[in-house]
Amino acid sequence: MATTLPTGGLSRRAATLKALTGAVRGDQIFRILLTTAALAIPALLLALLAVLVRGARPAIAQFGVGFAATKTWDPVAGQFGAFPMIVGTLLTSLVALLIAVPLSLGVAVYLTEFAPGFLRRPVAMTIELLAAIPSVVYGLWGVFVLIPLLQHAVFPFLRSLLGFLPLFRGVIYGPSVLAASIILAIMIMPFIMSVAREVLLAVPGSQREAAMALGATRWEAVRTAIVPYARSGLIGAIILGLGRALGETMAVTMLIGNRHDISASLFAPGYTMAAAIANEFNEAATPMHYAALTYVALLLFVITVLVNAAARFLIWRVSRGGVSGRNSA
Amino acid sequence: MTEVLPRVQTSSLTAIYGKVAAVKSVTLEFAANQVHALIGPSGCGKSTFLRTINRMHEMSVGGWVTGKVLLDGADVYGPDVSVIQLRRRVGMVFQKPTPFPTKSIYGNVAAGLVIEGGRSRAELDRIVERSLQRAALWDEVKDRLKTSAMALSGGQQQRLCLARTIAPEPEVILLDEPTASLDPQGTQRIEELMFELKRDFTIIIVTHNMQQAARVSDTTTFFYLGSMIEHGATRQMFTTPANEQTEAYITGRFG
Repeated sequence: MATTLPTGGLSRRAATLKALTGAVRGDQIFRILLTTAALAIPALLLALLAVLVRGARPAIAQFGVGFAATKTWDPVAGQFGAFPMIVGTLLTSLVALLIAVPLSLGVAVYLTEFAPGFLRRPVAMTIELLAAIPSVVYGLWGVFVLIPLLQHAVFPFLRSLLGFLPLFRGVIYGPSVLAASIILAIMIMPFIMSVAREVLLAVPGSQREAAMALGATRWEAVRTAIVPYARSGLIGAIILGLGRALGETMAVTMLIGNRHDISASLFAPGYTMAAAIANEFNEAATPMHYAALTYVALLLFVITVLVNAAARFLIWRVSRGGVSGRNSA
Repeated sequence: MTEVLPRVQTSSLTAIYGKVAAVKSVTLEFAANQVHALIGPSGCGKSTFLRTINRMHEMSVGGWVTGKVLLDGADVYGPDVSVIQLRRRVGMVFQKPTPFPTKSIYGNVAAGLVIEGGRSRAELDRIVERSLQRAALWDEVKDRLKTSAMALSGGQQQRLCLARTIAPEPEVILLDEPTASLDPQGTQRIEELMFELKRDFTIIIVTHNMQQAARVSDTTTFFYLGSMIEHGATRQMFTTPANEQTEAYITGRFG
């Protein structure tokens, strides 16, 4: 503020002014740099979208919006429809979440509330290590270990137990929607678990104490105070897992069976959008095949953006109740 | 005066964190339906002492106790005592208001009852209303019971926590510096409430504020470095303290 400037000699005052404006200039340069960096990200997103739209244009022109609802995928005849892949993508991700969410939230609650102190960090770190394994390694493990196990033990058991549901009927091949979902579940668990754990650790101890002072058991304290307090963060953790599941390519393509088809049974092979792009792009023989795959990529892009937007909306709705901790001070 | 069993009694109570004794061999008695103030400088062990009464101390890392805490003559550290049942008989309000942020005002007051279970909706309604009235909050919130508790002011939140604590009808209420984060008005409301509440409950309050202790309490206990230095009727403590340290502390010469 001008009033606080020293009023000594004129030169001293000028020096002070210079120092001050110098600082301001430094700030300006810094701000321009950061603004550019921040704007580069939305720009990148738009550029990506533009490239996808341009590449997909022939397919968009020929198949229109119906592309997303058509079942045929026949590169030889030049007929393309992405419906089976869209269903496969959403279905594998959904099933993966159904498996991974209870497990990872359970582990996170255990590690923050119940586990003995010496166990907490080592177990958490081990689980986080799982996130660092390349997905192709998961794929190989899936092919050599998981699939035989599922094919000979788990799937027959499921069929005999739940065979009255169409989901668990039919021929067991091994590579299948369910196998892909299970590997996805294993792959996204470390992410959901570690974020959920951080979120639960951030719940103030006073919330836990308040519940326990009311005569809550540990489990009741988790249910009445800790999980509700953390719920928007926990949803965030799940969304992070979903985002990864939707886009996961390598392990899925190794386990899903890669068939452009929709089946009521989870034992049947299927396809996901990401897997199809990865598998067919190098071998795309015709320009239309290429354009159709780009169209699939565009749809995948749109679906992930929509899912994330829906998730943000959900978190916003949930955190309006004051969970965000704005008023906690 | 006839011999009446004190509501809360401690004998040779020592509370330990790891290897450090925060409370050293304290023997005290707290009569029913009175307000008992615990005073002393920071780190003197008064909060730890309070937390041994409802066994919250043992939840701290390395927290354990020796000696006895008797509630109506029965040792709360006895082998067949349920901590859960104990905490329903000995409620606690903390220094900072701790409303459950995702619950409504109603949901907060009912929280302890819901955990306990076994009450009808009508019963809950009645107890919630009565608890809010006893916490002098009913008139301010009766039209918005279903709204978030986080919209309340700090003072209101603290009275909400008080309502939540008294809803399950405990015998003893422990207050751990309940007005430390409140403005003077909020503080005054809580202090006024204590006069009302001591008809039904026994109140033990930890406070940093000696005027508060002098205003609200029937007995005062002075803690210093983990030891109980002096315990007596509040009026006597503040006018003619027996101990030099007590006098030095209450006249503001240290602490």
